[in-house]
Amino acid sequence: MNRRMLTGDRVYRIHWMPGTDILRGVCHCGAERVAEEPVELWEWLLAHPQGHQAPAAPTPTPQRQAVSA
Amino acid sequence: MPFARDQWYVAAYGSEVGRELLARTVLGEPLVLYRTEAGEAVALADRCVHRRYPLSESRLDGDSIVCGYHGFTYDQTGTCVFVPGQQRIPRTARVAAYPVVEQDSFIWVWIGDRERADPTTIPRAPWLADPAYTVVRGMAPLNARYQLLVDNLMDLSHETYLHGGYIGTPEVANTPITTEVDDEKGIVYVSRHMDDAECPPFYARSTGIQGRITRWQDIEFHPPCLYLLHSRIAPQGVYPPAEGPDSDAFHAEIVYAITPSTENTTYDFWAVARDFAIDDESVSEYLYQSNHTVVMQDVTALNLLEQVIASEPDKYQELSINIDTGGLAARRLLARMIGSGTVGAPQ
Repeated sequence: MNRRMLTGDRVYRIHWMPGTDILRGVCHCGAERVAEEPVELWEWLLAHPQGHQAPAAPTPTPQRQAVSA
Repeated sequence: MPFARDQWYVAAYGSEVGRELLARTVLGEPLVLYRTEAGEAVALADRCVHRRYPLSESRLDGDSIVCGYHGFTYDQTGTCVFVPGQQRIPRTARVAAYPVVEQDSFIWVWIGDRERADPTTIPRAPWLADPAYTVVRGMAPLNARYQLLVDNLMDLSHETYLHGGYIGTPEVANTPITTEVDDEKGIVYVSRHMDDAECPPFYARSTGIQGRITRWQDIEFHPPCLYLLHSRIAPQGVYPPAEGPDSDAFHAEIVYAITPSTENTTYDFWAVARDFAIDDESVSEYLYQSNHTVVMQDVTALNLLEQVIASEPDKYQELSINIDTGGLAARRLLARMIGSGTVGAPQ
């Protein structure tokens, strides 16, 4: 994987995953998506914030409710 | 295709501008360039207000241009200071003077509203005027639209097919890229890092490396005009140290200024600055000839492509794949500069 070269606050990135045909788009907001061709991926990236949700933090396991017998 | 106005463009190398009048057309605007006796570069509209005669076909008298047709005379601000046969100089007798900045061996001109011209926004190519580098350079007029040269330079996988035997090897087209866009600063960056690649003749003969190489290509495009290719060449497996200078590698800073002339013609300013063999004139000659050949291969291909595209309907169909990721980003930034905002086929 190549290094990050641009350091601004509003940088969009598309990584071509080595050994595959897959592109991975990463928005400055943290949202990510994979695609197989770049036009669709740019359209998704540039639609920020529409359809962008940062990778969800691990969902806390719901506390088991005590069930009385 | 409309142009991105209110931008800086390279009109010439500084070395081209002197006491001879130089004609250039930038974004469809005819310019005449010259240097004052004090050495300041000047760009004026290349049309006499009287009967539109090209001032570039005229002569200098001190720092003023005397029109070669009827003698209307303009100073370096474009103000008419003499008309033939009468004392009164009409108020409208002036030609446009363009903001000019000479920097990094280029003559930059501002095309657009001169009130908006800010020289601090001109992107830099410092290697072209750095004594630690040796530079070979040229300019090729292109009979093709500006966008075709941008597409060409943003996707270097074409080196493998169009420039084989010079700068292309199989690894260029076969190596995945990473593309970054700084949306605020308007920069596109495309990295192609080849860990284990054949050394093309361009670098084998200039560096003396025998055997395979680690080859990095890092493109930095500052639309609309300045394109930088940071090229790092090292024996295979040699990477930059964590700290300190990268002295075991060879570096070439390959600079293009891409300037639209008319809708279907473009100026292709190219330069190769290197930090190795800087005193070896035979290396300079070899790199000049090789890069000139490569540029002319592009010129031939793009001139052909222009003829094909010009003969097709406006909304022709094209297909973009992974290698085009950087080119699409450049198109989008350019479209935004022009005023629309699409990613796909050229408008």
